[in-house]
Amino acid sequence: MTETTVEKPSSLRMIISLTLVSILSGIAVVSVYLYTKPIIDENKRRAIEAAVLKVIPDAAGYQPFLLEDNTLKPATDSKTKGLLFYAGYDQHKQLVGLAAPANAQGYADKVYIIYGYRFDCECITGVKVIKHAETPGLGDKVITDQSFVANFDALDAKVNVEGSALQNRIITVKHGAKTNPWEIDAISGATITSRAIGKALDIGAGQLLPQVLKFRDQLEAQ
Amino acid sequence: MLDDKITSETFWEGVWENNPVFVMLLGMCPVLAVTNSTINALAMGLATLFVLLSSSLLVSLIRNWIPKQTRIAIYIIIIATFVTVVDYVIQAISLDLYNALGAFIQLIVANCMILGRAEAYASKVPPVKSLVNALGMGVGFTIALLCLGSVREILGSGTLLGFDLFGEHYQQWVVMILPPGGFFVLGGWLLLFEWLRQRKEQEES
Repeated sequence: MTETTVEKPSSLRMIISLTLVSILSGIAVVSVYLYTKPIIDENKRRAIEAAVLKVIPDAAGYQPFLLEDNTLKPATDSKTKGLLFYAGYDQHKQLVGLAAPANAQGYADKVYIIYGYRFDCECITGVKVIKHAETPGLGDKVITDQSFVANFDALDAKVNVEGSALQNRIITVKHGAKTNPWEIDAISGATITSRAIGKALDIGAGQLLPQVLKFRDQLEAQ
Repeated sequence: MLDDKITSETFWEGVWENNPVFVMLLGMCPVLAVTNSTINALAMGLATLFVLLSSSLLVSLIRNWIPKQTRIAIYIIIIATFVTVVDYVIQAISLDLYNALGAFIQLIVANCMILGRAEAYASKVPPVKSLVNALGMGVGFTIALLCLGSVREILGSGTLLGFDLFGEHYQQWVVMILPPGGFFVLGGWLLLFEWLRQRKEQEES
């Protein structure tokens, strides 16, 4: 920096320095990725396990299944074609319910949830948000607001007589306007996120439950 | 001005005199975006502190070796590498925290405070001095985030670090955790610090 005429360094030197730095950076990123990947995967698996066991209150264990072209098969890792769901069993290996992922567009991005369903009451027994990008402190009230969470203590999700769809579509209503057991009472101030969860349930459960019920015997035998 | 001696000023400059947020107004994007709760502010501050420390150290170590023409590109690569490392490490520590911080971890790459420190300071002084200064700057940044985050959480949610402060009848001032609240609170703190500075100057004269 002391020379008065600034010498232009050779292109070769610039190329070498950039290449070297990039290679080292690549190595660093890849090694951190490889080191943390099993931990991150384990974290994700545990998050799903905790979520599944939480949304089916009586479940002691669960097994993943895939519904594809009207056939039921055990879900293997990393294959996500078809409808994925988790059948929940109690301590006596009796089928109690199921949990399944669903998603819908929220305020900022898609809201990903796992919901639980019980066969005996034909209702949704819990919802857990897995991933969201909603406004912290506002949209994420759907996780913390106890009166909203109480919507899913026993949200009606009966399948109609024909077994083709839900008897009553799950809808989100304005805060305080809930009159039917299949309605979700929205949080004022987080209406869009509340609606996203209602929509995710309506689409997810509406698609999955009518099909799953046909395989109930098969699931119970597992 | 930039000699190799390390004084207490090397550290305190970043905390007070040239606080990156309240004086230099750098890195405003995470300052306004993730300070809607104290814990988010703290996590963001610590993540930024780590990236700042490691990139300052590395830039200072290789400062005599990189050609002037490619230095900015190299700084960016170094910063991006550490940000990616932080990104994975936070995912490994806690998925909840990772989800709460959202895209703003990746955006540390574009935090002009870090690039500014690399260009204006770390590339001109020896490693230890640059490390001490980066620590000061990072602490100053974290304190500033905490100042905003705690005020916004108290006013906007009625809680501090998740603990309920006012009981259930507190009417939450929701706008405070929305983006406008970030500007309001930042403006409030800037006023306070400017007032303190002017008072100090008057006392001295």
